[in-house]
Amino acid sequence: MSAVEALMVRSEGVRKRYGQLEALRGVDLEVAAGEVCCLIGPSGSGKSTFLRCINHLEKVDAGRLSVDGQLVGYREHGGRLYELQDKEVCAKRAEIGMVFQRFNLFPHMTALDNVAMAPVVVKGEAKGVVESRARSLLDRVGLGTKLEAYPNQLSGGQQQRVAIARALAMQPKLMLFDEPTSALDPELVGEVLDVMRGLAEDGMTMVVVTHEMGFAREVGDTLAFMDDGVVVERGRPRDVLGNPQQERTRAFLAKVL
Amino acid sequence: MRHPGRWVATAAVVVLGVMFVHTLVATQVVRGTQRQPRFQWDVVRRYLWSRPVLDGVTITIELTVVAMAIGIALGVVLAVMRLSPNPIVSSASWLYIWFFRGTPVLVQLLFWYDLSYLYPTLSLGIPFGPAFVHLNANTAVTPFAAALFGLGLNEGAYMAEIVRAGILSVEEGQTDAAKALGLTRLGTMRRIVLPQAMRVIIPPMGNETISMLKTSSLASTITVVELLRSAQNIYSRTFETVPLLMVASFWYLAMTSVLTVGQYYLERRFARGALREPPPTPVERVRRWFRRAYLARSEPPVLARSGPPGLPGPPGPPGLPGRLGPGR
Repeated sequence: MSAVEALMVRSEGVRKRYGQLEALRGVDLEVAAGEVCCLIGPSGSGKSTFLRCINHLEKVDAGRLSVDGQLVGYREHGGRLYELQDKEVCAKRAEIGMVFQRFNLFPHMTALDNVAMAPVVVKGEAKGVVESRARSLLDRVGLGTKLEAYPNQLSGGQQQRVAIARALAMQPKLMLFDEPTSALDPELVGEVLDVMRGLAEDGMTMVVVTHEMGFAREVGDTLAFMDDGVVVERGRPRDVLGNPQQERTRAFLAKVL
Repeated sequence: MRHPGRWVATAAVVVLGVMFVHTLVATQVVRGTQRQPRFQWDVVRRYLWSRPVLDGVTITIELTVVAMAIGIALGVVLAVMRLSPNPIVSSASWLYIWFFRGTPVLVQLLFWYDLSYLYPTLSLGIPFGPAFVHLNANTAVTPFAAALFGLGLNEGAYMAEIVRAGILSVEEGQTDAAKALGLTRLGTMRRIVLPQAMRVIIPPMGNETISMLKTSSLASTITVVELLRSAQNIYSRTFETVPLLMVASFWYLAMTSVLTVGQYYLERRFARGALREPPPTPVERVRRWFRRAYLARSEPPVLARSGPPGLPGPPGPPGLPGRLGPGR
């Protein structure tokens, strides 16, 4: 398979507008299968919006965005685009895992139920099969003893690890992380990054919006700097961070590094 | 005296209280040629547990329970419709709420009672096509059924707004997370949003149930023999109007009291997980009060008044060590 065919995410001129505010003004980005791509940039630069477009939590206004060779939210037929039904959009989302800044665990369910609910409800898998998978996933993120805990009984770091296990339980081909450590106390950041590092080593395709430059440098295969709704610069992390080519990238890195 | 205002207020309340009890039990009044107790408690006692009154209580409970069930089911559907992105669906819900909240429930009840004026026969079949079942509206829609429709459909409009508020109270991140996992809109609503919305929905729903219990008395106007109507039936024969209204009031109060207690415990149950330490129940509070009173007796407070017993010491701010008597 050539490199072009193995693209997991392909974005061409993607635009998104909220009323007066133009959040994305033509995002071009490619993420290969198995690649870990980190998105950095100042707040309000459109990183999170772009991430939410990838699994159609936000509707794209213009441009083409495809995941694993298929358009997001639309079907192309005879040169025209047709919007997908709610059911079809849901089926596509089920193949993409997402981890949120504020965890968004379901507070009325135990850790185990949080992880095991969607595969049963969405994919119709057998409950027993899913629960044993959920157990081993929670074990893998270091929470094998917290199966019956409710989210408000867990620390932020533990909650975020449950959230990662919840996304993995759907056996996704792509994982999206939206600032997964930004809401955590500093001493809890490491445990979440460790889980993500392990995931990257297993070959998961990941798009990570982050402020953790250390993580981006170490784990990321590529790094894209976004500002004002466009990708300004993209390359290997050590190159972009160590020797930025664009003035805007330099100005941003001077503030955060 | 440190709080003269308090003493005056207390005295006034006590006097009014004594007057109230006195007029309730000890006064008499001349009716026609007879001197009678002002409140005829003997009449109240005679009818309180009588068969027709108890039957009325049963009908009132049935009306309340079924009408509330209709209202809640309808309210959930209307609330979800109201929040639908489809403008036709959402406006249909808006129209329903607008109509049923905008007309008096008494008028609606009379409307349902007179349904046969509009639709002498009710048919079930294909729209604008053949019908399979024909019903005579006069016999099919009994006064009881009309009351259920009237109260239930009206309640649906109010419950819709309550459920909608509950749904809106659930954080948006919850919907995001559910959608990202591939749940459909309906699945997200049923499994994620509504269970969490319950905490916000339960308290006003309790109020609505209590309100429904009392509003069901309007069914008396369309010949449903519920609690009020059965009291009316009795006093229209015996002319003991007020004692029978007291009988009805007693039962309404008893039922709303039970509901109030039920609501309290239901709220506590649905607050689980949201509060680290739930507030004590009234029973726990009473128990704590007794424990404190017991401790206070066995261990008198140190900062009592100074001086030898019987001689009140000079009033001073408590807690000044210099004013403590030598006897302590």
